[in-house]
Amino acid sequence: MRAGISPIPLYLLGGLAFGHGGLLPLSTSEEFISIGAEIGVLLLLFTLGLEYTADELVRGMRQSAVGGLLDLVLNAAPGIVAGLLLGWDPVAIVVLGGVTYVSSSGIIAKLLADLGWVGNRETPVVLSLLVMEDLAMAVYLPILTTLLAGVSLLAGSVTLGVALLAIALVLLVALRFGWLVSAFVKSPNDEVLLLKVLGLVLLVAGLAQELQISSAVGAFLVGIALSGPLAEAARELLSPLRDLFAAVFFVFFGLQTDPSHLPPVALVALGLAVAGVLSKFATGYIAAARAGVGRNGRYRAGIALIARGEFSIVIAGLAVSAGVEPALGSLAAAYVLILAILGPLIGRLAEPFLHRPTHPHHAGSETPVSEPGPEPERESQLNVSH
Amino acid sequence: MVEVERTALPGIGLRHILTTSRGRQIGVVSHRSGRRDLLIYDPDDPDTSVDDVALTVDEAEALAELLGTRRVIERLAELERQVEGLVTEQIPITAGSPYDGRTLGDTRARTRTGASIVAVVREGEVLASPRPDFRFQTGDIVVVVGTKEGTSAVAQIFRNG
Repeated sequence: MRAGISPIPLYLLGGLAFGHGGLLPLSTSEEFISIGAEIGVLLLLFTLGLEYTADELVRGMRQSAVGGLLDLVLNAAPGIVAGLLLGWDPVAIVVLGGVTYVSSSGIIAKLLADLGWVGNRETPVVLSLLVMEDLAMAVYLPILTTLLAGVSLLAGSVTLGVALLAIALVLLVALRFGWLVSAFVKSPNDEVLLLKVLGLVLLVAGLAQELQISSAVGAFLVGIALSGPLAEAARELLSPLRDLFAAVFFVFFGLQTDPSHLPPVALVALGLAVAGVLSKFATGYIAAARAGVGRNGRYRAGIALIARGEFSIVIAGLAVSAGVEPALGSLAAAYVLILAILGPLIGRLAEPFLHRPTHPHHAGSETPVSEPGPEPERESQLNVSH
Repeated sequence: MVEVERTALPGIGLRHILTTSRGRQIGVVSHRSGRRDLLIYDPDDPDTSVDDVALTVDEAEALAELLGTRRVIERLAELERQVEGLVTEQIPITAGSPYDGRTLGDTRARTRTGASIVAVVREGEVLASPRPDFRFQTGDIVVVVGTKEGTSAVAQIFRNG
């Protein structure tokens, strides 16, 4: 069996070990790493936008609005409650709610593939929840950026309006004039394509920054606007670059977190992790049940959604660099450390039990008619067992 | 009518599930990259795929060809039943055949016999409607449609020239 564990916790641990107050503090090239980390965030959000076509996003909005809302309420709640109990200020509470809410689509995609769950009945349910989280992020990140900038309510709502307008515009352009964007970016040469895409991401991210709607959202919108074979090509070209800079980003986050701040928040993180496992499990279970999926599939949907990762760190990273609530960084790091490992682990441990109907020995008596031709299956089982 | 259920998989592609007349379910996940996953569902639990095989574009095409081959031959058999006096024959090109290495045009089979060469099976693949410049090689199986006499005459041509 492959280890199949996400590398994110390792990057964080690496950063913790070599950062402020770590085992071996290195502080020589922090500036370089911080720029790399910024590019990492942009590329993470850009590839997240690439993941789904505008068409899928719009359809997702129509079809899984209820599931998406349930996901948001159930999973932001533990973070918000914890923030209130800790007596944090409102901005930090909004951040913590975001950290506990959003699942890691990267870890989940890998888990589904590794466990052979992609073809299962519940998988479209899981994926459309991730689509909804994607959309929620597009709205949440500008709100968060505005809150972190500490601007007035009026200025804040203007920014938010601009952000929402930009999102609607990009969706419209991607839906109606996607070919135009593609025609502009398209190139038969991989190198030119890479530079064009990267340039476009940085340009739009910069523009978004100017408009105060978060550079990350800008990168995300570019990802949505690109679609079809071009998106496929861009994904392939940019994946190694994304992996590299995302690693820099996670390490940077670890570097900024002082390990000596971890023990005081460990209990809170553990409590949040337990709540996070239960709330995501409930979300997946209910959403799958609503889609008419049977019991095993409901369990799998719940388990698949547990992992948190890159986006929790992205959210916490924004807050940390804005200097909100010192404990936030270490709490988010501990929370993601636990759930990025626990999510895939629970999946792996549960998988053998989620294959057969719940009572395998009685299955035959329950469904005697539904097995008209058992011979071919027996044969294939013999081949497997030698 | 075969029942095929189509579902979008956001971020991945499309999934089709086919239910056989015996109630088994087979699925295909079509990734945007062109990769295909062939899925076999648990007969007792229709929500769970018990096995999946990842196929590259070429492998998926080869598999489709294999599954399709049967149907070409079945259709020919069907045609035979429907049109009285029509016969299909499969003629192997053996090592000593005078047309081993020569083209279909060289045989002038249709002019000489009235029967048509409609397909050639080579290494398990069906090459439908071969053109006159198609070059035969040892191991090919030539599918001929025509009257009993016509197809026998074509077989004779491939054996003895």
